[in-house]
Parts: sequence; C-alpha cells; structure tokens
Amino acid sequence: MRIRVVHDTIYTYEQPARGLIQVLRLTPRDHDGQHVRQWRIEPSADGRLTVREDGFGNIVHWFTADEAADALTVRVTGEVETFDTAGIVRGAVERLPEPFYLRETPLTEPSPEIQAFAHEATSGAGERLAVLHKLLAAIPERVTFEPGPTSASTTASASFEAGKGVCQDMSHIFIAAARHLEIPTRYVSGYFRRGDGVDEQHAGHAWAEALVPGLGWVGFDAANGISTTEAHIRVAIGLDYLGAAPIRGSRLGGGREGLEVHLRVDEATQAQSQGRGQQSQSQG
Amino acid sequence: MALGKAFDEMNGPGDLPAGGPVRDAYDTLKAWLDNTPPEHFNTRRSQAEMLFRRIGITFAVYGSSDSTERLIPFDIIPRVLTKPEWDFLERGLKQRVTALNMFLNDIYGAEECIKAGVIPADLVYRNQHYQMEMRAFRVPHDLYVHIAGIDIVRTGENDFFVLEDNARTPSGVSYMLENREVMMRLFPELFSRHRVAPVENYPDALLATLRSLAPQSATRDPTVVLLTPGRYNSAFYEHSFLADKLGVELVEAGDLFTKDDVVYMRTTEGPRRVDVIYRRLDDAFLDPLVFRPDSVLGVPGLMNAYERGNVTLSNAVGTGISDDKAVYSYMPEIVKFFTGEEPILHNVPTYRCREKEAFSYVMDNLKDLVVKEVNGSGGYGMLVGPHATRREIEEFGKRLRHAPDGFIAQPTLSLSTCPTFVASGVAPRHVDLRPFVLAGADEIRIVPGGLTRVALKEGSLVVNSSQGGGTKDTWVLDA
Repeated sequence: MRIRVVHDTIYTYEQPARGLIQVLRLTPRDHDGQHVRQWRIEPSADGRLTVREDGFGNIVHWFTADEAADALTVRVTGEVETFDTAGIVRGAVERLPEPFYLRETPLTEPSPEIQAFAHEATSGAGERLAVLHKLLAAIPERVTFEPGPTSASTTASASFEAGKGVCQDMSHIFIAAARHLEIPTRYVSGYFRRGDGVDEQHAGHAWAEALVPGLGWVGFDAANGISTTEAHIRVAIGLDYLGAAPIRGSRLGGGREGLEVHLRVDEATQAQSQGRGQQSQSQG
Repeated sequence: MALGKAFDEMNGPGDLPAGGPVRDAYDTLKAWLDNTPPEHFNTRRSQAEMLFRRIGITFAVYGSSDSTERLIPFDIIPRVLTKPEWDFLERGLKQRVTALNMFLNDIYGAEECIKAGVIPADLVYRNQHYQMEMRAFRVPHDLYVHIAGIDIVRTGENDFFVLEDNARTPSGVSYMLENREVMMRLFPELFSRHRVAPVENYPDALLATLRSLAPQSATRDPTVVLLTPGRYNSAFYEHSFLADKLGVELVEAGDLFTKDDVVYMRTTEGPRRVDVIYRRLDDAFLDPLVFRPDSVLGVPGLMNAYERGNVTLSNAVGTGISDDKAVYSYMPEIVKFFTGEEPILHNVPTYRCREKEAFSYVMDNLKDLVVKEVNGSGGYGMLVGPHATRREIEEFGKRLRHAPDGFIAQPTLSLSTCPTFVASGVAPRHVDLRPFVLAGADEIRIVPGGLTRVALKEGSLVVNSSQGGGTKDTWVLDA
C-alpha cells in the first residue's frame, strides 16, 4: 500500500514566544515492511533545523527558531510504501539491547491491578506469541477507546483504573502488562491508514512492539485489537510515549499555548484534500 | 546486639584495659582530653555551635515536619588517620575510581564487561540510571566520574571496606572544609602539636579538575559554573559555599540557555559561553526536552550541546548507575576486569536479593542483616536488623518479598568507634569516612582525609545526617 501523510501541528501563543526549541520525532525509517519514498519536515518559522539519531535509532530533528514567534506550524508531508509482514518488524534500526525494553517507566509502571490483569488475561496461553495475542484481545474488554479524559501524561495505571483511554493509553497498558510478564516491549509512534474510508484524523497513532523468540519484534495495535499491518507507518520507538513523542518543545514566555492538528492519512492514488481536526497532545 | 566490641580509632581492638595506652596517632589527643578541664570543652563546644550557626551551615531533612533546616551536630574530637593508613586508602580510592570510569565508559560503549559476563546485562540495561543517550557519543576525556564521595568503613586495624561509591552527586565536602576551619579557630594549640595534612586546598583541586575536563572547543581559560536546583534543595548551602570558594558563578536553570548547541550564561555584560557545568542536579532534571518534561530545574537543549561536545557536565550523565547497590556488589569483579589488579579496597559482602538463594538466606536472617534499597540513599528506607523491632522486621520482610530485585543485604558490620562528646561525657560512637576523589583529565586528586560522620546515638550504626548523625574533623597525620 502506498500511504500518503500530510500532518500539520499548529502552535499559537498569546504573546510571541522566545527561545523556541522543538524536538521532532516525525521521520520514519525503512524496514522490511515499509519503504519511505519521500518525506519532508517544514517548520513555518525561520530557524535552524538539524538532524541526528537518538539512542533508540530514531531520526530526530531539532528545530531552533531564530526569532520570537506568535505561531509555529510544523508540516510533515510524505509517502511511504508499506507491505504486510504479519506484524513482524525486520530490518529496522536496532540500537539497544533487548533487556533494555524490560525497564519500567513512570508511564508504564504496572499497578497491582495491571499485574493481576496480565496474569489473568494470559493464563494458559503457553507460548509467548499466544500470550501477547491474549493480552491484545483482553485490553479492549477492560479499556474503552474514548478520547478526552486522558492526556499525554496519563499513566497506564490511571487509564486502566478509569477504564478509558486512547491509543497511547492502551499501548501503555499493553506495555506495562507485557513487561510485567518479562517480555521486552516498546512503544511505537506512527500513522495509521484507516480502513473505513475516513482520511482526516485527530492525532497520530500509537501501538506497541513485543519481542517474540524466533520472530523478533512484532507489532501489537491495542487500540485496533490487531497486529500491525500494511496500514501502519512506523515512525519512532521508545520505552513509552515520552521517548517516541512526535514533538517535545520548550519556549520562554508566550503565555497560553494553542495546539491544533490537521492530519490526513490516505492512499497515494486518491485525491488530496486538506482536513481539520483538534488534537489533545496525546496520540490517538 | 549480637555484635562484638568494635575497633576503636583511639583505643584499638578494645580488649585493652581501660586507662592503658592508646594507638600512637592518638597519644597527644588523649593527653589533651585527659588534661583539659571539662568546662573548657563545654565552652569550646558552644563556641563551635555558634560558629556553625553564624556560617549558616544547615541542611534540610526530608520528611521531618518540625524544622526544615537544622544544624548538623559537630563533635570536637577529631578522627585521626596515620600516613600509612591514608596512603593505603588513597591507593585504593584511585584504583576504585579508575575502574569506575572504565566501567562506565564500557557500558555506554563497547560493553565488553557485559559480553564477558562480569555483570549481568539486565542489571545494567534495566537500571533507571542507565542513560541510553550516552551510547551515542564519547564524553570528554572518557571520564564519567569526576567527583566521587566514596564511603569507607573500618572494622579493624587493617580492615577497611567500601560501603558506597556515591558517584552521582556526592555532598558533604563543605562540612569537611568548615569542620577544619572551626577546629583551627577553636584549638590552635592542637594544630601546633600535630602535623595535620591540610584540606583547605580542596576548592583549588576541584577547580583544577573541572578545568581539565573542559571540551576541546573551550578557550585556555574555560568558564566553569555550578548549577544548583535552587534554594529549596537540601544541599543548597553547600552549592553556594562551593561556588564561592571556587570563584565561579552559582547558576540556576533560568541563568543558562542554549543556542546553536552551545550553552550560555546570562550576564550583565551579555551572554557568556559556558564550558564546564558542575551540576548538583540529577540526570532526570537536566533537560526537559530529553528527560522529565516537567522539570523546571533544567536547561532545554543542554543534552544536545553536551552530545555535540560543546560543554562538559560534571559528573557525566549516566554515572548514577554506579551508585546502584546491586551494581556495587560487582565492583570487586569490575576492578579486576578493568585494571587487571586485585582490588585494594574490599567491598562489604553483599547478598543480592534478586538471586533466589541469597533472597531466602536474607529472609531467614533479617534480624542480623542490614537491608538496603538498591536505589536508596541518605539512610532512608533501610533496615538495620539487630536494631529493629520484630514488627519492623515483619513489615520490611513484606516489602522485600514484594520486590526482591529492589534490595541488597549486608552483614551488620561493627563499624569502628571514635571517642565523641555526649551528654554523659566522652564515649565511643560509630563512624565512617567519606573521602572526596577528584578525577581530572590530568590526574586524580584526593585531599587527605574527608568527612567523618558519626552516629551520635549509642550503638547506632547509621551515620547519615538525615538520621541524626554528626560530623568530625578528619586528620591525616603527615608524620
């Protein structure tokens, strides 16, 4: 599938913000399941854009604005050719040893409830792949997809207790539970081409990858209850949302910040149009 | 208490008759103690307290509601080390810090020690203080630990052990300096009767160390600053004290900014480039763009400047892993692996509760052991078995059973004692020693002595100031 992405993140500030720095993890890399045909990142303000690789192997752009600005749009446009690999991620850049992905983080700390859930949901599953699929299937039974109540800083435990969340929360819960079962697991931020004909989206997507002996890293999309497919574009990985966050920024002054996201993910053969949407800073 | 009589720094092994001879180094002190009228000591002790109050040397105790700032009790009887004792410690400390630096370089680089099985991979990679950002580049001069405050305990004439490595952000050196200054003012006659090695040059040694670590991009006169979390930090006094002694700016996050991967300090004459940051701030707070996004104590972009080699952070990011007490337990193997030598200073035998066999041993012997959190510090959250009630032991056992990986245990060592003024007169109290090791690009410097901490409660083995410990001046005799 050839997927096209147009992704605008629009910040507005009450007063001009000085010292704007944005750290952008918005650039996908090739692996066996995806080939990046073209990709561009364009901040609307004048400044310096430098690129480097982070510890996970993600491509990171650092944008530093030259002058104070009262608005900033980061536009991402690109096209990626994807292939169905049954969720298996091979040929990706791997920089960190596997045990690293067993590490708990504040966002993915397993509460006693998540620990109990991890064991109940996977009891009798046997092999690791089966364990992970049981976990994947069990999450929607406990957590309803509902944008709004959670934010980018909501922990897996809080979302699990509320029984509500978005793709970020469901991924965190999956990660917390899988790591509790001593399975190396990581967070993936990316894009998802919806199958229902809806091209305009409110936010990027997120899922998890877990290590399966013999297969390597396998994608598990808890929000959709599936392994990753050719509809997924994998952009960045981390231990949790913070490590893979599409944008982290800082500024001086500027007052209140407004944030708007326009995201369109469609197939390259279709006509292009510009859509509108609101984003809570978390991922769908 | 099941412990035998402790080795006494003045009286030796302790089976000597009272009033008998003392260890050579204490001869003159003993005579001074015996021949000075008690009123004189009382006067001097209140003068000492007044001096410390005037200096304003206080510290905050977390979790104590009555007073946010207290004076650390100071005891006027010095702790004395002989030259041969110190030479031995110094050799051991240099070896230890050299090995620590090689170890840290390795776990963020070639990972030879993990491949060779010297230390388990998961202990390194799952550690919260293992900063994977450090894998991407080499730190200036391949040195991670520039300032270490290594805790040493003694159990016999020739038995010294390392208790903790404290390579993250060790504190306490201001007490070492102030204690000496106060002692010299109160008891000049004692210093005329002893050849005590000076410690006043510590700030010079620290500054020389920091300057030696400046990045290549720096001028021949690098700009050094001390970055503090601010006045609410328990060690703020020390931060301002040291900045003053070093003659460098004491800065908070708001005083620094980055531009084009270079760190600048705001000054009245405009921005000034910063080359070395002696930071008294944990990794997690350094840069909100890389670590905790809610940190208001850090400088956005700092890590990028660091990775580009445009600024040196002291200590390096990622040193905290060597303070982990489970990692500590592998130090003898680490020293051997990297230096090819036998460790000069030994570890306290340590049971890793993450290992099944050790865990059951620990559970069965809680009443005899000291159990610590692998990530704990300051004497918080530990169990001293022989001094704990049955109830405390039961409660602790529950915590331990719940998360064995988070704990290590050690035999309850009979720390050496040193004569100390207490309500009833002079009595032995347990002490430890924290020498400060400075590892620069040019050499390793150690000011002779360090900070002696003393547990003021009778029988107590916990010397931490947050747990009611005091301090003493520490003398290394030149002859």
